[in-house]
Amino acid sequence: MSDRYDIYMAGVGGQGIGFLAQALAFAADRAGIAIRGCDTHGLAQRGGVVSSHLRLGARPGSPLVAVRSADLVIALERHEALRAARDYLKPGGTLLWYDVSWQPLAVRLGKADSVSREEIEEECRLTLSISVRVFAEALPDPRMQNAAVIAELARLGLPPGIRIDDYRSAFRDLLDGSVLERNLAVLG
Amino acid sequence: MKDLGRELVSEGPFSEVVIGNTALVRAMVEGGVEVATSYPGSPTPEIADAIRAIPASERPFYFEFSTNEKVALEVAFGAAINGRPSTVFFKSVGLNVAADSFVQLSLMDIPGGMVVILGDDPGANSSQNEQDNRHYARLACLPMIEPATAAEAYSMFLEALRLARAKRTAVILRMTTHVCHAKEKVAFGRRPAPCLDRSPRFDPEAWNYIPLGAAVHPLKRRALARLEEFRAEFEGPSFARRIAGGDASRGVLAAGTARLSLLDALDPLPHEDRPEVLELLAVHPLPRKAILEFLAGKSEVKILEELDPIIEEAVKAFAYDRTLSVRIIGKTDAEEMIGEYLPDKTRAILAATWPALFPPPLAPRAEGRPAPPRPPQLCPGCGHRSAFYAIKKALAAADITVADIGCHTLGYLPPYEMGRVLLSMGHSTSTAAGLSLFNSTRRVLCFIGDSTFFHAGLPGIVNAVFNSHNVTLVVMENGTTAMTGHQDHPGAGRNFNGEAPKIGIRAALEGLGVTDISEVDAYKQAELARLVREALARPGFKVVIARHPCMLKHDREARRRPGFVERHVRVGERCSRFRECIERFGCPSFQIEARGPAGQWKAIAVSRDLCIGDGSCRQTCPTEAIVPDDAGGPGSGAGSGAEGAVPPKGGRA
Repeated sequence: MSDRYDIYMAGVGGQGIGFLAQALAFAADRAGIAIRGCDTHGLAQRGGVVSSHLRLGARPGSPLVAVRSADLVIALERHEALRAARDYLKPGGTLLWYDVSWQPLAVRLGKADSVSREEIEEECRLTLSISVRVFAEALPDPRMQNAAVIAELARLGLPPGIRIDDYRSAFRDLLDGSVLERNLAVLG
Repeated sequence: MKDLGRELVSEGPFSEVVIGNTALVRAMVEGGVEVATSYPGSPTPEIADAIRAIPASERPFYFEFSTNEKVALEVAFGAAINGRPSTVFFKSVGLNVAADSFVQLSLMDIPGGMVVILGDDPGANSSQNEQDNRHYARLACLPMIEPATAAEAYSMFLEALRLARAKRTAVILRMTTHVCHAKEKVAFGRRPAPCLDRSPRFDPEAWNYIPLGAAVHPLKRRALARLEEFRAEFEGPSFARRIAGGDASRGVLAAGTARLSLLDALDPLPHEDRPEVLELLAVHPLPRKAILEFLAGKSEVKILEELDPIIEEAVKAFAYDRTLSVRIIGKTDAEEMIGEYLPDKTRAILAATWPALFPPPLAPRAEGRPAPPRPPQLCPGCGHRSAFYAIKKALAAADITVADIGCHTLGYLPPYEMGRVLLSMGHSTSTAAGLSLFNSTRRVLCFIGDSTFFHAGLPGIVNAVFNSHNVTLVVMENGTTAMTGHQDHPGAGRNFNGEAPKIGIRAALEGLGVTDISEVDAYKQAELARLVREALARPGFKVVIARHPCMLKHDREARRRPGFVERHVRVGERCSRFRECIERFGCPSFQIEARGPAGQWKAIAVSRDLCIGDGSCRQTCPTEAIVPDDAGGPGSGAGSGAEGAVPPKGGRA
């Protein structure tokens, strides 16, 4: 296992990619892993694609992950899972995606088909990558889908070296009150 | 993090994972900044977010969002000539607005010192162009420093402020999008004791602050001499950093984020193959001596800089003057002047330069079906959507619509396709005025948001009154500067620091002499369409104010209040698949759902993740099929989606 580990995260503006990225960065930091990363901000927040890059391991260099070189791609939405996997997932990497659909304009206008679960799994099969679908029944709030994703990461021991206590500690750094309690409950 | 604000003003040194914009704020605190100003614009608004995180009573400096970048720069300048260390920050194109005053700064004696932070945007991630503001440094005779990481943003701000104070001038700190937003763990220093002497120091006897006629030349002479002093500073290893390589015949000279992408590309190379690197953290004036020393003895040097060949041309001139024979490899085609030098682009450029050393980057997978594109769009509940939907009905196909800058710019996308030309902040009324000349057949309608109205919209409006232009202006008033993250503006009744006089749009228009003004809540779609139709039929300059609060902001605030109840609409049994809601109103909450045993029927469903229950869609359905999804929901008891019967929850008056 190399001490370097590149993560690319994507979703739709409003899904909470910012929180996911910050929680992962903090958890890595609390685990003693050096990080570099970068979010996309600005216009993209208005219902467009939002992405975040996170690179673990001490080294100088760009905060951005190169095309098709991410060890782990995390997507919070079905269409973005396919897009992110095609653009950033390295052959043999892991795609962890939350199965919710926020249809892009062309799909809603009937000009394109929506992305199916099978398409995503086929994409991973063709690139010898692992597809991990996440879907939590009965989440109290769709804003906690990113916490469900983090819970799955913790269960799988990803990224290597980050333990569930590091995620808990990151949550405590970022959240307060009942929101913290509810997210900790999702984390388990 | 929760306690970020307190951390930023803590006395002792600390380390934290922060973005570049946040690191700047700690640098302001440590450097003793006393006045900071801004106009919001990506990629810089998070600087103000970090300032806001500091409890108001503990903020060690004054901060304001000014009405535009020029005003912000002037407030910071005024403070700095009075002895207050100051800083101003805004986005790339904001410098065009500020330029009239900005270009004068080098002629002034600025005892407090001043740092101008630019948020440049190579890649045009959130801007209407990707202009290279390094040109402005030369134009304005001002030094420019360029960090590439969050840690450098912190240390270079401190350097910039130190030099600005020592040399009584302004220094430009050029950030770019992926420096502003790059995060890493930064080790911060100790916060010095605050300066308690804040006596006004402005002294017009000690310096001539009126650059008129012949007085300009001695001031310019001083500015040019000062630049040479900066050049000497920039020769040092903190601004011109050599990284050793095993191959002494080759070199790469790099600046900005291209430096980081270069390190990625070099990483897999064995040491003996690695070219030597010179990293430049100062881009104007360039450290001539350090660059010539680097060039000496090399056979080939590649220059890596985003956008325009500014360093390239200077370095070639240095080498020419010395008659050096080194081959200097700059930009080889237009593509190298376009977009960011991301790791992949940089690797491709290096692979084209030295194919034996660098393998080309991987491309995204091309086989199979790509995901459908996802253009940005107006949020669920956005008043602009209601306004575009309604106004489109009042227009003929040939009529001309002019956009301005803000969330409403997104109206150019399907299904609205309104606002079809865009120049800059506040351009819309005057561009529309020009479009109305020698034009009796295609009516001209333009848009402007409320923050932009105050920013740069006023002169165009005054001109339309002054010269009696035949234009209809729709002010899309949502009560905030929404696109950049909900900053208050002069019409909001609040400023960064608390309550403020509310400058009403209508009162401002009346004061400017506009006589044809109508106002309506943008959710009252039929009434808005009628008002626009009538305004278009009248000659002269007409303004329609289409008002609705930003629902993203409204919804976020509502969710924080106790007793908040989720509300949604749903598509009921009366749906006859006219598809008005999805194809013409276009709220993203409406999605296509496959139904039937083989998924052969395409039904319209509402995503509960997206719908905020505002109900602005209900009046668009020809069969009144959109209904509240829960008791007490939108429009409950208010009939069947009739005009204006559906206020947002806790809706505005």
